[in-house]
Amino acid sequence: MSAKIVTVTSGKGGVGKTTAIASLGIALASLGQKVVCIDGDIGLRNLDVIMGLENRIVYDIVDVVEGRCRLKQAMIRDKRVPGLFLIPAAQTRDKNALSPSDMIRLGNELRAEVDWVLIDSPAGIERGFKNSIAAADRVLVLTNPEVSAVRDADRVIGILEAEEKGSPDLIINRLNYDMVQKGEMLSTDDVLDLLAVNLIGVVPEDKSVLVAANQGMPVSLNKDSRAGQAFRNIAMRLTGKDVPFMDLEEKGGFWNRLSKLTGGN
Amino acid sequence: MPISSLIQIKGLRDGILISLGAGDWDYIQALLFTQIDERSAFFTGAKLALDVGTRTLRVAELTKVRDELSERDISLWAVVSESPKTVNTAQLLGLATRISKQRPNEMPREKVAEKSKGDGALWVQKTLRSGARVSYAGSIVVMGDVNPGAEIVAGGNILVWGRLRGSVHAGADVDGQKPAQNADAFVCALTMTPSRLQIASEIRNPVEDGKSPKAVKVFYKDDKFHAEAW
Ligand SMILES: Nc1ncnc2c1ncn2[C@@H]1O[C@H](COP(=O)(O)OP(=O)(O)OP(=O)(O)O)[C@@H](O)[C@H]1O
Ligand SMILES: [Mg+2]
Repeated sequence: MSAKIVTVTSGKGGVGKTTAIASLGIALASLGQKVVCIDGDIGLRNLDVIMGLENRIVYDIVDVVEGRCRLKQAMIRDKRVPGLFLIPAAQTRDKNALSPSDMIRLGNELRAEVDWVLIDSPAGIERGFKNSIAAADRVLVLTNPEVSAVRDADRVIGILEAEEKGSPDLIINRLNYDMVQKGEMLSTDDVLDLLAVNLIGVVPEDKSVLVAANQGMPVSLNKDSRAGQAFRNIAMRLTGKDVPFMDLEEKGGFWNRLSKLTGGN
Repeated sequence: MPISSLIQIKGLRDGILISLGAGDWDYIQALLFTQIDERSAFFTGAKLALDVGTRTLRVAELTKVRDELSERDISLWAVVSESPKTVNTAQLLGLATRISKQRPNEMPREKVAEKSKGDGALWVQKTLRSGARVSYAGSIVVMGDVNPGAEIVAGGNILVWGRLRGSVHAGADVDGQKPAQNADAFVCALTMTPSRLQIASEIRNPVEDGKSPKAVKVFYKDDKFHAEAW
């Protein structure tokens, strides 16, 4: 095997990176791929919580790097989907416990073991971000359709270009079609007009994301979730499949109506 | 092969140089004209030099290109080639074959890098994204967009061959290298919507002066900012 190493990063915090990593991990594993998700947010770990694996942690990424355990010992198996693993972040250390070269070494070791290594980057453009992109073959920049988030995404794309990481792919998360229609939110085109990179997915604003996070059940496990579907589509695009973009308008209307009928949403 | 490596566009001190990669001449020509037509605002009125590489071109072929260019209001003034035959042909048509030569002023665009105080313009061949800062004692030419959050400071003029949405300061006293600021400096952009525009010590009031989605040149004269078509 020779894994592809993919990092999700954003500049701005709280835009949905961890949500994306958990969902993409589940979705890729459901496609029969072997996947390891790495929490790169040392000191503020929460990928384990979102994935619902919090209480299974024994070793973390810093333990691996500092030689207190073997790589395999720090890989927590997600029992819901075969072939999915998590390497958690250390909670009691800070970003300086890891270096970019540690990440490259770890990445190379993992390449032989799995098909995909997904790295959750912390917010910002400092050390933790540098660590997270060091080993990446491909970077997904995630943003919300919101001026400040897009500005930060632009900054991050500039840094990635300067570091010769190549042009990243873009995920727009939390798009609210109704608000775009009313001119209250940037549209996909507005965002692309500024960032001028390849769009790999648009994830709608969806309450099921929060529910999923609280339950430790990544939203891509939820067959009825629009956001889950969007993440599954991104996973397929990562594997090279040409999946058409969801029609947020029509389906959004449909799902709204459906959830009104069932009293959900 | 990506189009960008078949057709390379560069700015010269007072015009544009397009280098054409190897390949079928008809195909390359078609690519060239698509590129030009897609960015007609950029090319209209331009002085163009063509680098055709080792290609051998006959009079009929060169005349055809020249005529098609002039239909688009682009004047072909030079053809550069490593083929002696092509150089001959170009000379026959009265075209220059070396681009370093000085030529008489004929195009308004001539003035572009003139004010750069001798040291030539700094060419930035990419979009400047948020957080990028470019400063230079002479003029700065950007072949791409200047995004919000990006900043350009030039001792001379600032030319953006793309959309200007960031902050620009032309005629600035960069690093204190110049005795004074240069109030004659100007700013040009294909789309003029800067977040902030300053010439020497004057800051343009974006509300008062409006923003232009068209190619304009902004300069400061008689205590006022002016904008004219670029
Ligand atoms: N598509 C969505 N619809 C609704 N809520 C969402 C969506 N995506 C993310 N959220 C919510 O946004 C919040 C932040 O998400 P998340 O923790 O994944 O962001 P992050 O980028 O990892 O944050 P940090 O920068 O702090 O690591 C969470 O409460 C999450 O449930
Ligand atoms: Mg996170």
